[in-house]
Amino acid sequence: MKKDYSKLWTLFKSMFVLSACTFGGGFVIVSLMKKRYVEELGWLEEDEMLDVTAITQSAPGPLPVNASVIIGYRMAGIIGALTAILGTILPPMVIISVISVFYEQFRTNPYIATALEVMRAGVAAVIFDVVINLAGNVVKTKRILYIAMMVTAFVATYILDVSAMIIIFVCLGIGLIDLFFTLRKKGKKI
Amino acid sequence: MLLLKLFFAFMQVGLFSVGGGYAAIPLIQEQIVNIHKLMTMEEFTDLITVAEMTPGPISINSATFVGMRIAGIPGVLICTVGCIIPSFCICLTLAHFYYKYRTVSGVQVVLGSLRPAVVALIASAGASILMLGLFQAELGDIILREVRVVELVIFVLSLVILRKFKVSAITIILGSGVVGTAVYTLMGAVG
Repeated sequence: MKKDYSKLWTLFKSMFVLSACTFGGGFVIVSLMKKRYVEELGWLEEDEMLDVTAITQSAPGPLPVNASVIIGYRMAGIIGALTAILGTILPPMVIISVISVFYEQFRTNPYIATALEVMRAGVAAVIFDVVINLAGNVVKTKRILYIAMMVTAFVATYILDVSAMIIIFVCLGIGLIDLFFTLRKKGKKI
Repeated sequence: MLLLKLFFAFMQVGLFSVGGGYAAIPLIQEQIVNIHKLMTMEEFTDLITVAEMTPGPISINSATFVGMRIAGIPGVLICTVGCIIPSFCICLTLAHFYYKYRTVSGVQVVLGSLRPAVVALIASAGASILMLGLFQAELGDIILREVRVVELVIFVLSLVILRKFKVSAITIILGSGVVGTAVYTLMGAVG
């Protein structure tokens, strides 16, 4: 039990810090979560984190909230999910509540504006660090299908602006076809 | 009554905003500005500006902003809870089935094909932020000569530090903000 409690606190703290420092869209926080829970804490496997991201993306609602629910549930059941969600939503709630009162001062402060702009470079570096690891592992599977899917999906979303939902569902379709052929091949061998 | 109205408005936002942050904006506009007339279009534009400048998911940010403007702290709580209840129920169900069936080999084959896609999506988000950081522009409007040198150096240094040493991501992000602002201040480019 004691061990569980200490995990809950780490879970809450990690979610809180990640949420408080994540500027930009949902995939930013996903790469931070990967770094935190897979690399730093060793709680999740890398494949698991990617699966969680895919599930998160296909469910409605804000991506970071969805991911916290799943990771929290994995670590400590429903209590874990609630703990993780609380850690994720508290920072934006507090920050926005304060800012909504001092809105004008905040928007026109030049130091805040500059810091927010330069932080993008740091955020980009973190994402690239994660992507280098992840893409390396996809290449290591040596499956041409996976490598081609990764490259095509990148071109489709980044250059052609195809929505993430469509990418996930098309790849789900490819996965089902892949499953069909895998099963048939197995059937022939037997 | 007002709080109840807010609760259900944000529950709908949470339930129907499929596909991440920016998909939620038109939904919030529809619920808050058009249907319930809780905010003017001008206030709504302010809201989007603030939501983009601060951390956190855009729908949670707007739930908090709208809640605070309209009903203070109780408003914040009601709007935020309304917004996350659909996510919570749906993801809990999905998580339950995922962990029950993820070791089944057929499920593994299907999930395996989703992973390269997820890597590509994360890479694409990274590329967008990098371009925004280095050129203050989206992919189509980039002018190579206008690259911001300070940001470029910070990006390269951060990446090298992340690859070579075990530094936490948060340290890198906050550090880049502090260092960058200091450099721009010394250059006299702030204020």
